[in-house]
Amino acid sequence: MKLEMRGLTRRFGSFTANDHIDLTIEPGEIHCLLGENGAGKSTLMNMLYGLLEPTEGEILVDGEPADFDTPGDAIAAGIGMVHQHFMLVPVFTVAENVMLGREQTRGLGILDRGKAAELVRELSTRYKLAVDPTALVENLPVGVQQRVEIIKALANEAKVLILDEPTAVLTPQEIDELMDIMRALKKQGTSIVFITHKLREVKAVGDKITVIRRGKVVGTASPDAPEAELAEMMVGRAVNLTVGKEPPKVGKPVLEVNGVTVVDDRGTTVVRDVSFDARGGEVLGIAGVQGNGQTELIKSLLGIIRPDAGKVLLEGQDISRHGPKDSLEAGIGYIPEDRAHDGYVSSFSVRENLVLDLYRRNDFSRGAALKLDAIEKNAKARIEEFDIRTENMNSSLASLSGGNQQKVVVAREFSRPLKVLIASQPTRGVDVGSIEFIHKRIIEERDRGTAVIIVSTELDEIYALSDRIAVMYDGRIVGTVTPDIPREQIGLLMAGAHDGHETQAHETQGGAA
Amino acid sequence: MSDVSVQEPAKSPPPERKGEAREEGNRWAAYLPTIKTTVAAVVLALLIGALLIIFSTPRVIESLKYFFSYPWDFFKFAGIAVWDGYTALVKGSVGSWNSIERTLERAAPLICAGLGVSLAFRSGLFNIGAQGQMLAGAIAAGYVGFHFDFPPGLHLLLAAVAAIAAGAVWGGIAGWLKAATGAHEVISTIMLNYVARFLMIYLLGKELFQRPNSNDRLSPPPAESATFPQVFGVHTGVLLAFLAALGVWWLLERSTTGFEMRAVGANPSAAATAGMHVQRTYFLAMALAGALAGLAAVMQILGQQDSLTENVAGTVGFDAITVALLGRATTLGPVLGGLLFGALSSGGLAMQAAAGVPPELAQVLQALIVLFVAAPALVRGVLRVKAEGDGGTVLAKGWGG
Repeated sequence: MKLEMRGLTRRFGSFTANDHIDLTIEPGEIHCLLGENGAGKSTLMNMLYGLLEPTEGEILVDGEPADFDTPGDAIAAGIGMVHQHFMLVPVFTVAENVMLGREQTRGLGILDRGKAAELVRELSTRYKLAVDPTALVENLPVGVQQRVEIIKALANEAKVLILDEPTAVLTPQEIDELMDIMRALKKQGTSIVFITHKLREVKAVGDKITVIRRGKVVGTASPDAPEAELAEMMVGRAVNLTVGKEPPKVGKPVLEVNGVTVVDDRGTTVVRDVSFDARGGEVLGIAGVQGNGQTELIKSLLGIIRPDAGKVLLEGQDISRHGPKDSLEAGIGYIPEDRAHDGYVSSFSVRENLVLDLYRRNDFSRGAALKLDAIEKNAKARIEEFDIRTENMNSSLASLSGGNQQKVVVAREFSRPLKVLIASQPTRGVDVGSIEFIHKRIIEERDRGTAVIIVSTELDEIYALSDRIAVMYDGRIVGTVTPDIPREQIGLLMAGAHDGHETQAHETQGGAA
Repeated sequence: MSDVSVQEPAKSPPPERKGEAREEGNRWAAYLPTIKTTVAAVVLALLIGALLIIFSTPRVIESLKYFFSYPWDFFKFAGIAVWDGYTALVKGSVGSWNSIERTLERAAPLICAGLGVSLAFRSGLFNIGAQGQMLAGAIAAGYVGFHFDFPPGLHLLLAAVAAIAAGAVWGGIAGWLKAATGAHEVISTIMLNYVARFLMIYLLGKELFQRPNSNDRLSPPPAESATFPQVFGVHTGVLLAFLAALGVWWLLERSTTGFEMRAVGANPSAAATAGMHVQRTYFLAMALAGALAGLAAVMQILGQQDSLTENVAGTVGFDAITVALLGRATTLGPVLGGLLFGALSSGGLAMQAAAGVPPELAQVLQALIVLFVAAPALVRGVLRVKAEGDGGTVLAKGWGG
C-alpha cells in the first residue's frame, strides 16, 4: 500500500503545527520521521490516524483520496498505530487484548478465545514476535507489551504501521529486538513509519529519512548520512554530539555508600550489598539494563527509600536514616528517573516548579509566607539561563515539551550549591539540542567540584559523561570500569555474563583513574 | 511498609496534554466543572425548574384542557406562574434586607464547610465527612454554650474554639488514618459521619445535654453570652465565614504549607521527592478541613442560636461537597456557591409563601444544578457546545510531541 500526504496542514488557533507537509510512504519501506520534541511529528501522525482533522491538504491511499474521520476509518484503510502509551487492558490476556473490539463468538455470545489465541500464535510466528497469548498483559515487560500492540495492529491487517517513539520506553536489548521485528515486518511487505529523535536507530533500520522542524519538512536524507548532518537538519544549527570535557580533577570521596541493601514491598531484594564512593570533581556513571536495582539504589541515596541495610555517608555523616528533605538540604541535587512522576507537578506553573524543593529556604519564604517576588525573580533568571521555552513563567508544566520540562527540573536542581548531584536518565526523551545543553551543565557542575552520579540505560550517555563506570546487574555492582574499555565488554557486564577475575582487574584500573 | 508509601494512580498522567489548564495531576480534578459548564448548569436548572413550576400550577393544568381552542390561556398562565415563582425566589433571597439577612445566614455555614471540602480537595483528598465534622463541632459548641457560664465575649470565644477544635479532631482522625494506615478518606469520613450522628443521639439522651422539661431529643439553646451579637439583624458570625475564605486563600496561595498541600494534592510522588512530608500534609489538610466544618457548626449554634438536635446540621455537610465542586475547589468558588445555595434555600421559602410553589422546588433546583455540573457532557450536548480540546480523545503524543 502506498500512502501519500499532500500539503497536509494543521493549525491550532494561530499556531501552525504542520505546515504543508508532503510525505510518501512506499510499500515495504521503513520511513523514519525525525524531529525534535514539538516539531509536529505526532500531530502529523494523529491526522493520518483520524484523530485530528487536517486544516488543509489531503491523504491518498494508493493514489485515491481518503478521508479519515475516526481511527476506525484509518484502521479500515490498513493503517495501524502503536502509541507511545500503550492502549492495552492490563488485566486481560494477550489474546483478549488482541480480540478487543472485534470479538469473535461461538454463537450465544460466548467469546471464542481459542480462535483469538490461534490468531496471535499465527501472527507471532509469521513475524517473529514471541508472545504468549495466554499471558496477562500486566505481567509482561514493556517490550513485550509493545509487541502485543504491534500484533493488535497486524490483526487488523495493517499495511502501514506507525510506531510513535517506540524506543523511548525500551531497554537497549529490547530496542535491538524491536529492530529485528521491524526488519521482519518489512520483509513481509508492511511499511513502517518510525517516529523518533534518536539518530542511531534511524541509521540502523531506516530506508528513508524525512526530517521535520517546526512543522515543516526541512529535508530528506538517506540513512548513511553522517549523524552530525542529521542532527543539524533536525535542530537547525550545528550540534556538538560529543561532550567537550577536560580530564577530571578528582577530589576526596564526598558520598560513600557502604553495603546498601534494599528489599522492596514484595520482599524481593532489589539492591544487594552495594558499595561505592562518589568523589568530588568526577562523574560516576551507573550503567545497567532497566530494572536491575538502579532506581531503588538512587532513591535510597536521597532517602526516599530507607535502605534495609548499609550506610550512606555524606562527608562522613550517615544520611541513610534522613528523609529526602534533610538530604536535599545537606546539598544533594536529584534529577529523578521519571520526571513526570517524581520530578515536577504538571499542573503547577513553571515558576512554582522551579522552587518545588527550594521553597523552604530563606530565599523563597519568610516564616510561613512565600516570598512571591523572590520566586518570580528566580523563575525569570532560570528561564533565561536554561533557555526554557515557555509562553511565560505562569504556564503549567503540562503545556511544555518534554525537553523543556526536563530543563525545568535540571534548572531547579542546579540553582543551589551542591555537594553531590544524582541524575537519573537526565536526557531521556529530550531532544538533541537540549541533550547537548544538559550534558554541558552536568560537566560544569563536575568541574565545580561536585560529585556527580549519572544513572542511565543508554550507553552513549554513560560514555559521553562518565569518568568511571559502575555496572549494575541484578541489584549488585558487578564491575567498575573506565570509559576507555570497549562497549561490548560493558554490554557483557550489563547482561550479567561477567567473569570474576576480569572484573577485578578492571576495578583496580578504575580505582587508579 | 516503606517510609514514604505514596498512594498513587497506577500510571502517571501522560506528560503532555496541551491546552489543558486544568489540574490534571490531581486525581479528583476530573470531577471539577469548568466555569462555563457551571454557569450553563445553573441556567439549565432554572429552565427545567420553570417547566416544573408550569406543570405544578393547577391553573395552567386546567388551561391545557382547552389548549387547542384557546391556547393563549396556557401560555399566559404558564408565563405568570414562572414569573411569579422566580420573582418570589429573587425577592425572597435578595429582594429585601430581611431576605438578604436570611440568605447570608444560610450561606455562612455552607461557605465554611464548603471551604473545608475545597481545602481537602486541593490536597488530593475527597472529604465526605463535613457532616460528621460539623456534628462534632456542634456538640462542642452547644455544650460549652449552654453548660458553662462565662462573661460574654469570652464565652463566645471559648465555645467557638471548642467547636473548631472538635471539628479538627474529627477531620484529623480521618487524616491520621490515611497517613498512618493508608485507609481511604472517602470510606473513613463516611463512617465517621455515622459515628458523629450516633454520638449526638447518645448525648442528647443524657441528662447533661437534655433540655429540662422536654421530652424531645433537644438540648438547651446556647446562653446569650455565647452567641454572636446581631448587627442590622445579621449575626456577626457571618463575617467570620468571609474571613475564613480569606484565610484559606492566603494559606493555599501564599504560604509554604499551602504550597505543600497543593503539590501533594497534584502529585504526591513529586512532592515526596521534593522533600515534603506527604503523610503529615494529609493529616493537616483533613484537620483543617474539619476545623472549617467546625466553624460551620459555630455559624449554626452560636450564630443562628440553634439548639442541638440530631438534625442540627441539616444537610449542610453534604451540600458543602456540592458547593465545593460547584466552586471548582478554588477559594472564591465555595463563597459564591454557598451564597447561591443560601439564596436558593432562602428564596425557596418565599416562593412557597408568595407564589404557592412547593418549597421542595428550591431543593429540586439545587439537585438539578448538581446533576448538570456532574454531567458536563450532558450540558454540552444540550447547549451544542463543541467539546473543544477537553474531550476524552487521547492523542498520541511523543515525549515532547
